[in-house]
Amino acid sequence: MSSGTTILLALLLPLAAAVSCQVFGRLGHPNLRDLATPLIGAGTFAAVWRLGDQVLRGGRPELVLLEVLPGVELAFQVEPLGLLYGLVASGLWIVTSIYAVGYMRGHHEQNQTRFFTFFALSIFAALGIAFARNLFTLFLFYEALTLLTFPLVTHHGTDEARRAGRVYLGILLFTSISFLLFAILFTWRLTGTVEFEPGGILAADTSSGMVTALLLLYAFGAGKAALMPLHRWLPNAMVAPTPVSALLHAVAVVKAGVFAILKVVVYVFGLDLLTGSNASLALMTIASFTMLMAAVVAIRQDNLKARLAYSTISQLAYIVLGAAMATATGVLAGGMQIAMHAAGKITLFFCAGAILVATHRKKVSELDGLGRTMPWTFAAFFVASLSIIGIPPLGGSWAKWYLMVGALETGFAWQAAFLGVLMVSSLLAVFYLMPVVVRGFFAASPTAGPSGSAGGDRKPIAEAPFLCTVPLVLTALLSLALFFVAGDLATLLSF
Amino acid sequence: MIEKILVLEVVLPLLAAPVCVLVRHPRFCRFFSLGIVAICFWIAVALLFEVRGGGVVSYQLGGWQPPLGIEYRVSTVNAYLLALVTAMALVVLSFDSRGGPPRVPEQRRHLYYAVFLLCIAGLLGIAITGDAFNIFVFLEISSLASYILVSLGGHRRAVMSAFYYLVMGTIGGVFFMLGVGLLYQETGTLNLRDIAARLEPSLDDRGTVLALALLVVGISIKLAVFPLHHWLPNAYSFAPPKVSAFLAATATKVSFYLLAMVLFTIFGAPFVFGELRLQAVLLPLSILAMFLASGAAIFQTDLRRLLAYSSVAQVGYMTLGLSTANATGLAGGLVHLFNHAVMKGGLFLVVACLLYRVGSVHIDALAGIGRRMPLTAAALVIGGLSLIGVPGTVGFVSKWYLVSGVLERGWTAAAVLILLSSLLALVYVGKVVEAVYFRKPAEIQPIDQVREAPLGMLAPAWVLAAAAVFFGLTTNWTYGVAREAAELLLAGGI
Repeated sequence: MSSGTTILLALLLPLAAAVSCQVFGRLGHPNLRDLATPLIGAGTFAAVWRLGDQVLRGGRPELVLLEVLPGVELAFQVEPLGLLYGLVASGLWIVTSIYAVGYMRGHHEQNQTRFFTFFALSIFAALGIAFARNLFTLFLFYEALTLLTFPLVTHHGTDEARRAGRVYLGILLFTSISFLLFAILFTWRLTGTVEFEPGGILAADTSSGMVTALLLLYAFGAGKAALMPLHRWLPNAMVAPTPVSALLHAVAVVKAGVFAILKVVVYVFGLDLLTGSNASLALMTIASFTMLMAAVVAIRQDNLKARLAYSTISQLAYIVLGAAMATATGVLAGGMQIAMHAAGKITLFFCAGAILVATHRKKVSELDGLGRTMPWTFAAFFVASLSIIGIPPLGGSWAKWYLMVGALETGFAWQAAFLGVLMVSSLLAVFYLMPVVVRGFFAASPTAGPSGSAGGDRKPIAEAPFLCTVPLVLTALLSLALFFVAGDLATLLSF
Repeated sequence: MIEKILVLEVVLPLLAAPVCVLVRHPRFCRFFSLGIVAICFWIAVALLFEVRGGGVVSYQLGGWQPPLGIEYRVSTVNAYLLALVTAMALVVLSFDSRGGPPRVPEQRRHLYYAVFLLCIAGLLGIAITGDAFNIFVFLEISSLASYILVSLGGHRRAVMSAFYYLVMGTIGGVFFMLGVGLLYQETGTLNLRDIAARLEPSLDDRGTVLALALLVVGISIKLAVFPLHHWLPNAYSFAPPKVSAFLAATATKVSFYLLAMVLFTIFGAPFVFGELRLQAVLLPLSILAMFLASGAAIFQTDLRRLLAYSSVAQVGYMTLGLSTANATGLAGGLVHLFNHAVMKGGLFLVVACLLYRVGSVHIDALAGIGRRMPLTAAALVIGGLSLIGVPGTVGFVSKWYLVSGVLERGWTAAAVLILLSSLLALVYVGKVVEAVYFRKPAEIQPIDQVREAPLGMLAPAWVLAAAAVFFGLTTNWTYGVAREAAELLLAGGI
């Protein structure tokens, strides 16, 4: 199979999943529908994996679909960063689609067919972003991802969901249209091209002010990266069912934002243009601010999903920081953090969802003593937390390591400050994640025993359904495994 | 061969109209007019193929040589417009409105088709002719026909809106006529190319400047340039929905062509944009239209009025492209003619579907209709996304070139404003989509009995919705042609 066909296959399979959801859903076979999605997901992952082989051997598989405007093509090319993002999105889609079955049924959600359809379509858009060969294709799928996830955010159709949906769409489209599109058009005006080129497309003599302005336009334009103060959409998106929060709002959607920033830094600006520049320093400062502020806010959140959302905002800023450094190490660290944070945070959300399904509890303060009745869930939460904080032997530690190395390499006068920020941020992560584990395992249950609950449920509390628990254990193990394959990632991402 | 049948483009619909009156059979008239328009469409497409790449096809009426006789002259600019008008007429006429406008009794329905054909003939005539007075004649034919069409809207206010439209349109027509008269006084000819060749516009020549002013204001009324747009929202929202679809997709587009032709071909870009600096007026007005009309659209509670105000805003984008006076921006404005015709035509056809099934297009009445009429609602979403300018739709193509053209001119602030104004479209489209999909149906107006629109209505609406996506991804025949037309106009040709 030619590499172009493989790319097409990787893009079409999620579409096929959406179609199969509709067909089986309408024919009234929910079991077939829910079986087909993970299988097609596995196929998608296999297709992306095949592309990975070629990329590792130095190939850059390409697919040009059509020329939309003169000089602007709808075209795809697989390069290391996109491959990584594609692998993460498609790989975790398999696990999530299994988890989602357990969650949606366990939580008695309505409109499951629509839910799974838009879920598959969102993955399609995410892969389109991953493989985009130029800014136009990236922007096309970036907007598609916003619009396709909107029905998932507003899934419950309540007033709260509608309000959140408005904020979600409002901020994401506002940033992408007024900043990102403007930046793209300005780049087009300056360079006459929108292609991603190794080494960048902006001329080396572009003025420093222009570079700074453009970089900030791109960084804030990729609103999905949730840089403060344009982060409000992410906590709002938490009204969605938990599988959406887990895969889309911890992995696919938010990573689309930071991925776009990484791509732009590497392939539009080029590292040489940015390293040590004012633009780099400005973006690093914004990223550091977001990192710390979001972590502080996270500590004060009692709603578990909101706390995780702010944690995501903080952790995304690591990737932006890595990109902003504009050094090989920085980009490596950013890319690595995409994968490491994905595995860790999806586990945390899976756990939050499992707790919700099993106990209908949403708040951290209600979790006392639950760890003893839901040992697997809380153990997985613990492991993933360690990865997010960055403690070996878990994947997250590598990303933090390279970031710190990168911070020292930048050569700014106050590089030590960035080092300090990274350390404080890790410390704050301990404060917002560990209380969950501590309450779960060590605090006494508020009522007589594990069989009673504050909510007045009649059934005794036990682990969430099998289909929920297995995926979260798997992703927790993945965080562990990533620690040991970090070397391969580093090879892949060496720029 | 093509130059021999060129004249049929106008003559056929003009002659078909009295045939409809004579035959008086509504079903016959419907299919007859559809057939005539199909032939016109075929001629227009053949012409477009013929002239693409710089060709010109000319026909002299009665064999009289120009500048004495009337010349029909087709280049890329007007072939593009002919194709646009006939294509939209074809789609709109194929829309099965199940018995036409409600207030027209069966035995007089043939007159409706006759008037429709006259309107088409007038619009095609404006686009095709190379004679200034002939333009005025066709302008009046199309305008009179459209007043009648608007007045058939069924609602009592339709008649009032049509009358208001008539008053405004007549004022516009008189201004245009006076402008042509002054030009005739200056140059002694009515042939457009001859006028352009003889006219030596300068700021000291009051007659020329006055002629330009009269022509621009006259056409601006017909084009609904802000702040001369007041007739439009009423006319579009009380006309029969099919008529709104047709007028929104064609009438303002032809006026835009006329404006571009007057500015670039007759007076020439160096005079209008270099010496006179018309952009100092046109650019602020365009931006005001984009913001104020979009802002007004946000507060509308009736979907038709909302779309009508959105049309005023879209005219702002077109005139903005005009005021850049460079190839990219002008091509952006010209391609927006087609793109806006496709999306707004499609949206008005969706309105017609909704009106037929629900009986009202008040936003409250549409609450929850997405579940009852999924296909209609989906077409509405596609049209709406295109109005916002989401990539992959035609709206994005327009925006891309308009912003590029404005940036090329160095107007960075205007570029930002274009992008910001599309956020207003996001608000008004979002308002409709939210009602259609997320709001609970109003209790006074149960929608349990509402079914999906019939195929004869749905198909034309979906043809335009599909076109909005298709031409958002392949632009060789839209932007490619518009670019050629823009370069031709800037060089002073037609």
